[in-house]
Amino acid sequence: MIKAILIFNNHGKPRLSKFYEHYSEDTEQQIIRETFHLVSKRDENVCNFLEGGMLIGGSENKLIYRHYATLYFVFCVDSSESELGILDLIQVFVETLDKCFENVCELDLIFHVDKVHNILAEMVMGGMVLETNMNEIITQVDAQNKMEKSETFIFQSPRQDR
Amino acid sequence: MNLISKSAYINMGYFQPFPFLCLSERDDNMEKSKQRPEPMQALTLYKHSRCLYFQEEEKLIKKELASLKEQVASPNTTMRQMKEIMVRAIYCEMLGYQASFSYIHAIKLAQQGSVLEKRVGYLAVSLFLKETDEFLLLLVNTVLKDLQSTNLIEVCMALTVVSQMFPKDMIPAILPVVEEKLTHPKEIIRRKAVLALYKFYLIAPNQVQHIHSKFRKALCDKDPGVMTASLHIYLQLIKESPESYKDLTGSMVTILRQVVGGKLPLDFNYHSVPAPWLQIQLLRILAYLGKEDQGTSEVMYDVLEESLRRAEMNHNITYAILYECVKTIYTVHPKSQLLEKAAECIGNFVLSPKINLKYLGLKALTYVVQQDANLALPHQITIIECLDHSDVIIKRETLELLFRITNAQNVTVIVEKMLEFLRLTSDDYSTIDLVGKVAELTMNSVFSLGGDVMQPDIPNNFLRLLAEGVDSVEDRQLRLFAVDSYVSLLQGETAKLPQRFLQVISWVLGEYSYLREEDSDPGSVMRLLARLLDQRHTSTETRSWVLGAMTKLCSSPVSVALARDVCERYLSWAKSVWANIPLCVTFEILVDSSLSFLDGYVSEALAAGAAPYKSPHQRQEELVQEKALSLEPYGLSLPVSLSSCSITDRLTDRQSPTLLSMSSGLSGNSTELSHKEGSTALKLDGVKRVWGKDGYLAQQQSAGETPIPQVELPSPLLSPQSPPSQTQKPSSGPEPDQEKRQLASSLFVGLGSHNSVCLVRLPSTVCSVSIADQSNVFKALFKPFYINSCRSALHNLLDTTTVASEGGAATTTLQQTSQRTLDHTTSNGSPHVEGTEQRVEAGGPLSLIRGNDLHPAPALERPRDLPLTSHLPAELSGLARSELTTLCSDHDPSLALSACRVYKEDALVLLVFISNNTDSTLHQMALQLTCKELEVYFSDWPLTVSTGDYGKMWLSFSHDLKQNLRLVTTEHQEPLTATLDALKGKLHLHIVDVIGSEGIVACRLLQGQGQGQPCLLHCRVHADSLAVWLRSPVPELPDSLLYHCQKALTET
Repeated sequence: MIKAILIFNNHGKPRLSKFYEHYSEDTEQQIIRETFHLVSKRDENVCNFLEGGMLIGGSENKLIYRHYATLYFVFCVDSSESELGILDLIQVFVETLDKCFENVCELDLIFHVDKVHNILAEMVMGGMVLETNMNEIITQVDAQNKMEKSETFIFQSPRQDR
Repeated sequence: MNLISKSAYINMGYFQPFPFLCLSERDDNMEKSKQRPEPMQALTLYKHSRCLYFQEEEKLIKKELASLKEQVASPNTTMRQMKEIMVRAIYCEMLGYQASFSYIHAIKLAQQGSVLEKRVGYLAVSLFLKETDEFLLLLVNTVLKDLQSTNLIEVCMALTVVSQMFPKDMIPAILPVVEEKLTHPKEIIRRKAVLALYKFYLIAPNQVQHIHSKFRKALCDKDPGVMTASLHIYLQLIKESPESYKDLTGSMVTILRQVVGGKLPLDFNYHSVPAPWLQIQLLRILAYLGKEDQGTSEVMYDVLEESLRRAEMNHNITYAILYECVKTIYTVHPKSQLLEKAAECIGNFVLSPKINLKYLGLKALTYVVQQDANLALPHQITIIECLDHSDVIIKRETLELLFRITNAQNVTVIVEKMLEFLRLTSDDYSTIDLVGKVAELTMNSVFSLGGDVMQPDIPNNFLRLLAEGVDSVEDRQLRLFAVDSYVSLLQGETAKLPQRFLQVISWVLGEYSYLREEDSDPGSVMRLLARLLDQRHTSTETRSWVLGAMTKLCSSPVSVALARDVCERYLSWAKSVWANIPLCVTFEILVDSSLSFLDGYVSEALAAGAAPYKSPHQRQEELVQEKALSLEPYGLSLPVSLSSCSITDRLTDRQSPTLLSMSSGLSGNSTELSHKEGSTALKLDGVKRVWGKDGYLAQQQSAGETPIPQVELPSPLLSPQSPPSQTQKPSSGPEPDQEKRQLASSLFVGLGSHNSVCLVRLPSTVCSVSIADQSNVFKALFKPFYINSCRSALHNLLDTTTVASEGGAATTTLQQTSQRTLDHTTSNGSPHVEGTEQRVEAGGPLSLIRGNDLHPAPALERPRDLPLTSHLPAELSGLARSELTTLCSDHDPSLALSACRVYKEDALVLLVFISNNTDSTLHQMALQLTCKELEVYFSDWPLTVSTGDYGKMWLSFSHDLKQNLRLVTTEHQEPLTATLDALKGKLHLHIVDVIGSEGIVACRLLQGQGQGQPCLLHCRVHADSLAVWLRSPVPELPDSLLYHCQKALTET
């Protein structure tokens, strides 16, 4: 299960945080800080896995992260997730963001927090990986965007039958 | 969005308005950056001062929040504006600023807004609120309504929010509706419903008990997406109780086969790999299903092989599948062919230049070495390299791997490596984790195994580890753990614990027993320690540690009483051994040199009428003088050998004034005692002055030098790669490669030797090869004289010792050529046994071979057995042995080679005699021993039991076998006795008893698996055959023993 998904920039400023487990607000902030502390001091040419944020569950959990230009994407997962699988899921996530925002940058995450959350919700639901296919995710998100344009339109089917 | 708040919004942190996605296929896009002038301007304002920036951020956010609060409260705010407010509130919350005023409005938005507003409302709710929030109750109805909506988006939103957080007690309210969604025509709804139900299962498993059949339906859903979602549930369910879902194995295998075979629609492909995440999930499920279940495992072998084959190394994600596949293969019931492939795969991972794969490779190795430690052997050098890797995570994983392969022989090196790592790391988590492991390693099995041969610095390091930590919770836990485990150890049998371990235990108990708060009886530890003192096998040094611990514990009345008792007995002795306290322990031990802590007791005791302390020699003197006075209790309690130093019978010096003054100096920091000395004449003369005002005096130097006897590690650490001389005396400038190899050899020692490397022990006392511990027997070939003849003959010999050789297993050949000169001086024809000691570099423990005798034998026709057997080494002569077999004297008349087996208690010794049959003197002879590994699966050994024990054992054994055997008939013996004697002679069975026509016989398995397991035979003469009934706790034993009995009897 995925415990938390965090995005922060090179300075440790959170850009997105989503917790799938219950933590107090203070703990959440502490987790973000600690995770940033752990991740930021790692070189570029080391592995993408980290074990042991004390706060987020110790040895049972691991951090899997990717660093893109200014942002760190960190997934905190338990032992039931495949490390490389999650690593590619991050890639899928970022590619999806890129498709939805056209050359996504940090600003998009700042200005469209809700949209990013919605995209994420199509990928991961309640800590479980729901969809890994980028096109499917985009179909869902597009359908919602359409809805935005014509709010009164009663929406029927966002997804074509297979 | 007004301008002020917007600038506040974007200034919450540095950012770069450049695309951050760096995909290889998008490199050209990287050039284009978006133009966002507004934020850039705002950014420059605060760019240069982080400090200012943080202050500003706080100011801006506070301002923003105030404005939001105002807007929220205003009755004129529309839902649309409210949505905008919520998005900002979300942002502020993410940055760690409370926006609790907006919570209720978020719920309102979710309740009342249009679809889009509702979505933001739900999002805000799921981010702001927790499962326990009471606000959530307000949402239940809304969720229920949305679940039943005809708008798919609304249903999806409701399902998402339900799976994110939902109050546990409210689940029954919406459960039927969610269940209903499992049959929804749209697959996305079904999928989300499945996950929502899974979430319910996790929160409240008993509430979804009844819908397990619906999960099965989901598994069989025509849409692969729904099926994938249902696998989450099954992974969990199967993990919890694999037994109840064995019937799903077939389905899972079929699904995996279809996925691997590319039967899914193309849009499930990811980088042209069919549904990789699905594959991973399935492989995990199969691992749980096939674990320790041969039948189930057999179903999945094919598909595992298939996915291993299909996953070609072309993309990251295929490695993910491979890794999972390898793990599954090693989890399910083993199949050698698959294991080989998987091992190869692991090799590829470990050797990969990609660091992620290396990490996973190490992880996989860590996982598999638990089953077969030898798998680490091919990667020794890589592992050594990883130990020095720049990536801490890799390093840690390597240590984890080493932790798994730790045995008594390499524990020293591994613990050293761990400590080395500990010194470098500053990361709390890994420190605690590793400390725990080091503690476990040192404390538990290995400590007690290798305890006394360990270098003294290991326990010291360990103690330092315990002592050094700051007083954090974790440290306390570790210490408490140590104390508890030691106390329970001491409560058990302590006689077998190594002395050094006992010392560590005493120190830890003395230092940290106070942590055992829950223990209401403080005297218990004290009693345990006292018991330790009283035991005979406790060494002097250990006693001093124990006493040290006890002094630390004298705080409670119970302990005081105990201590008093102890100190009376050990007073004199204690004084002497304080000098021995190991000074190499670097942390502080406060030594009260004058034993002033005892003064109280001494004075009390004296007041109560006890005799003043007298030194041993004084007592002796008194004894001599009075002849009648017996001071038995004191005399007895004095340890006989008072280690190295103090109380020596220095009768001559006794009267010297210097010593007298010294004795008063002894109590320098204890005025009470010195006063008492005057009044009650406590005689301390004769006690050498070792402690003065400032502590330990005279022998400090020497005590510092040899605080703990340096225990040289014996040869087991050496392995073939490193000749002994190198390890003992490292050459001044060893090449790095050499170092690595050396390290490798010390790290991996004890891994291979148990299984693949031939373990031939050559006892130094006889020229013989003792086939000990392991299931290895050897063939010895003697060159250059008798290669061929010898081989067959010797082979026969071994065969008769019920050894089955397996040609295929002979992988490691131990070859050793030892050239030696054998002097022989034979003037009177009596053989002269003399040999030069020769080292054999063997894959196993280093051992010595001592030269055999070469002596001229006058003639071939001479009775062969007699003279040779007379040369049996004395320690073997009394033991049962086989007949001396001539191996190959016919081929070459000049030398004769004979051999026999001697059955020692714990080993089978093969004695080989080489005798010179000519009259000429042999000055030199080349002897080459080639030992091949053979597998012994069976070998019997007499088991000496009484008839009564036999009866008990007989009833307790479950595996039996009955068979009729041929009777041996001889002229002068009863058929039964003759047969049993024949068996005894051939197989060395122990005849327990013979009563009438019945006989009972016992034996045990000497080697191989199930070593030491007994087998009992009940024989009865029935008509003209022997009815044998065999019983054993091992299923195969009766069968194979019977075979050997048959063979033995047909030969006679």
